[in-house]
Amino acid sequence: MAFQLTVDDLPDLVRGAALLGTGGGGDPQIGRVLVAHALGERSITILSPEDLDDDALVIPTAMMGAPSVLLERLPRGTEPVDALRRLEAQIGRPASATMPIESGGINSTIPLLVAAQTGLPVVDADGMGRAFPELQMETFAIYGIDGSPLAIADERGYTAVVDTGADNRRMEAYARAVTVRMGGVGYIAEYAMSGADVKRTAIPGTLSLALRLGRTLREAREGHRDPIDALAEMLPDTLYRHGSRLFTGKVVDVDRRTEGGFTRGVARLAAFESDSSCEVEFQNEFLVARVDGQVRTVVPDLITALHLETGEPITAESLRYGQRVCVFAIATPEIMRTAAALEAFGPQAFGLAEEFVPVEHISAPLGGGA
Amino acid sequence: MRIGIDVGGTNTDAVLIDGGTVLAAVKSATTQDVTSGIVQVLRELGAQRRFDPAEVTAVMIGTTHFINAITEASRLAPTAAVRLGLPATAALPPFCDWPQRLVAAVDGKAYMCHGGHEFDGSVISTIDRNELRRAAEDMGERGVRSVAISSVFSPVNAGMEQEAAAIISEQLPDVHISLSHEIGRMGLLERENATIINACLRELAEQICDGLAAALTGEGFSATLYLSQNDGTLMDVEYARRYPVATFASGPTNSMRGAAFLSGLQSCAVVDVGGTTTDVGILNGGFPREATAEVSVGGVRTNFRMPDVLSVGIGGGSRVRGGDSGVTVGPDSVGYWLRDEALIFGGSTLTASDLAVAAGLAQIGDPSTVAGLDRSLVAEGLAHIVRETARVVDRMRTSAAPLPVVLVGGGSILLPDELPGVEEVHRPGQFAVANAIGAAIAQVGGEVDRIFSINPGQRDSVLDEAKDEAIRRATAAGANPGTVQVVDVEEVPIAYLPGNATRIRVRAVGDLTLDPARRARTPEPAGAARVGEGS
Repeated sequence: MAFQLTVDDLPDLVRGAALLGTGGGGDPQIGRVLVAHALGERSITILSPEDLDDDALVIPTAMMGAPSVLLERLPRGTEPVDALRRLEAQIGRPASATMPIESGGINSTIPLLVAAQTGLPVVDADGMGRAFPELQMETFAIYGIDGSPLAIADERGYTAVVDTGADNRRMEAYARAVTVRMGGVGYIAEYAMSGADVKRTAIPGTLSLALRLGRTLREAREGHRDPIDALAEMLPDTLYRHGSRLFTGKVVDVDRRTEGGFTRGVARLAAFESDSSCEVEFQNEFLVARVDGQVRTVVPDLITALHLETGEPITAESLRYGQRVCVFAIATPEIMRTAAALEAFGPQAFGLAEEFVPVEHISAPLGGGA
Repeated sequence: MRIGIDVGGTNTDAVLIDGGTVLAAVKSATTQDVTSGIVQVLRELGAQRRFDPAEVTAVMIGTTHFINAITEASRLAPTAAVRLGLPATAALPPFCDWPQRLVAAVDGKAYMCHGGHEFDGSVISTIDRNELRRAAEDMGERGVRSVAISSVFSPVNAGMEQEAAAIISEQLPDVHISLSHEIGRMGLLERENATIINACLRELAEQICDGLAAALTGEGFSATLYLSQNDGTLMDVEYARRYPVATFASGPTNSMRGAAFLSGLQSCAVVDVGGTTTDVGILNGGFPREATAEVSVGGVRTNFRMPDVLSVGIGGGSRVRGGDSGVTVGPDSVGYWLRDEALIFGGSTLTASDLAVAAGLAQIGDPSTVAGLDRSLVAEGLAHIVRETARVVDRMRTSAAPLPVVLVGGGSILLPDELPGVEEVHRPGQFAVANAIGAAIAQVGGEVDRIFSINPGQRDSVLDEAKDEAIRRATAAGANPGTVQVVDVEEVPIAYLPGNATRIRVRAVGDLTLDPARRARTPEPAGAARVGEGS
């Protein structure tokens, strides 16, 4: 069902998107202000995948690079539309809608910025149902869509086109190299596809889900309920089915660097009233959470860090010493757990030794867990 | 001997302290010019207990004056924000997320200029001196009196902010300049916001600091004057002049630390009832619990470290209204007119303090003026106050463990000795001047902020070295060694320098040694970053 999105929806939307962004996907506040500033009093048309004609051309738009760089080097604002226009010229056809490639504080909002600037509608779906660090890690790719050609733009108005045919891994590698030379962040248009392909390969309803998640957290806070409890109660009724607390404690160390066009590192947490500890590794997104050395959640299940009192999601680049945090795990949708999906974005795709075990099958929390 | 003074919106409180003993405590109305209220409390202290001003080694002042100027959007200087970053960052110019009312109050004007660095220290674009000169010219014509300068990745390389400052000062020698790398951390928008807030308070800071110094000299004091900072440590007047934004959270920090001192409790909820609001904070092992969500001041997002405080609009001066739909208390208050307007002081407005006197909870003013109040109105109003306070305390809890409550502030007479859902309620002696005591027993900080070389596998030991050094500095500055804790650690890789260069900033804070034999030395103010010059 199509609906209109206005500036008043943005705070809930970015909060929910940052939650699905699982530590990555970019800073939600930058995403919110970016769209609010461009949109003013107008509204954006959000289309369900079913609203699309089968032969409609949908071109997803996104930011690519290190979220830690974005915190400082904010966009000029013209980059995503420059990338879109460059790709339209390459393909020889104008887009009839844009779409997010992933859910996250920035990457759910870049298509909204494009919509605010061009009047295009945005499809309520994406290719990850969460955020992942690399461009081949898309349900689009797994179910047969080529990411190429890809257009990338920077704030100088320069663009580049990467065309690696059906090889989405090389598309990622080449585009990443350009991103690094652009200063660590670039803006892209890729995975151009038909309306029929969106219906077949995208994870539907993730923008409206983000809105709902963000609203759940806010309303719990306003009603003086524990927002994290409210989240755990709401998830069973979504495509994600399950969410639970992994660990509650204080951030005691964040080892973080900008490397090869990613924000990489590890955060360590200590429990408040026991010797239990938790370690979360990240490459833009949180990849694996270990409590007292035992794996408790691993990619592609979602690991989120939430402010203990407010339930506000914290991105990996914003984690800092002394924060009081709840590490919360969410089961990924089943479409993301097939053999083909796990090959693209399971633990091995990140060089982790662990096998994927669904979070709902890993035993109940111990020690410092909630 | 030391004097602690708290300048609140309603009252100015002062205490005279020797070692760990409170020798005198007074309370007086805050005056609009701030300084005459301070002269008043200094004289009252002398009247309560004779002392020689020469024996006072330090005067510590905590004030909410600067944060109030922002929330009220008044007394602010016309301010310009210069950002170095074009062609990047143009989508979100300075002031883009500010409330219009505050932008208007500072006559806010943004200048987007070329400059800024990449994360690895290479240049986004070089500074355009003519562009900055034209901006300065325009500022001069518009009557700008204070300028905030921010540059992309200035925590990695501050050179361009300094260069821009030199160009602007050359043309506008009398304007105040605030540089973002000296004020905030990574995150351009939040750092820039904090810098603009600092800039628009600079003139007010000069007036207040001059006034405070003159008041002390006029009363015969030669003691050093300090102001309380957000983290409970002190800054000297020169520092406060340049960085007024560092005083922002000192009010709640002082009240919590004062409550800990008076009650002897290290972990508790502190309920501070003032004239207009009740503020609830949590002490954890002697330290105020820090706010974890984004901290917004007057609607502007910053990334300051501030205590986690929840407020409700109920205080001693809150207006009370009866009616068919029940009794309401606040959120509006007669503020510093309490002594003119409340019934017990001969006024005509029914306030929360009148209810407390009518119910026999306190003896202030003239009880006969409230003897005829409707009993059910009094009971219902006070029950409302208790209910609202208990609700806020409950929201601040994070576990089911028992949490004692310490009541402080002049308005805490509104509350009984029992609160629903609270196991223990403490009302320590001198509760009414807890903030002034908090200022007097200020903490001492030690900071390390410099570039370390981190060899592979050595990160933990380098971090430990930096933490130890910060702790040693806090101790050397007069902190009691057993109380020092690391409160902040920040690492910024400096990729353009060889050898895995990393800027490490560690801050440690501890209690001032109250043993008179070990007098506090000059506390170390938070240092400005010294990174990236000439590199």
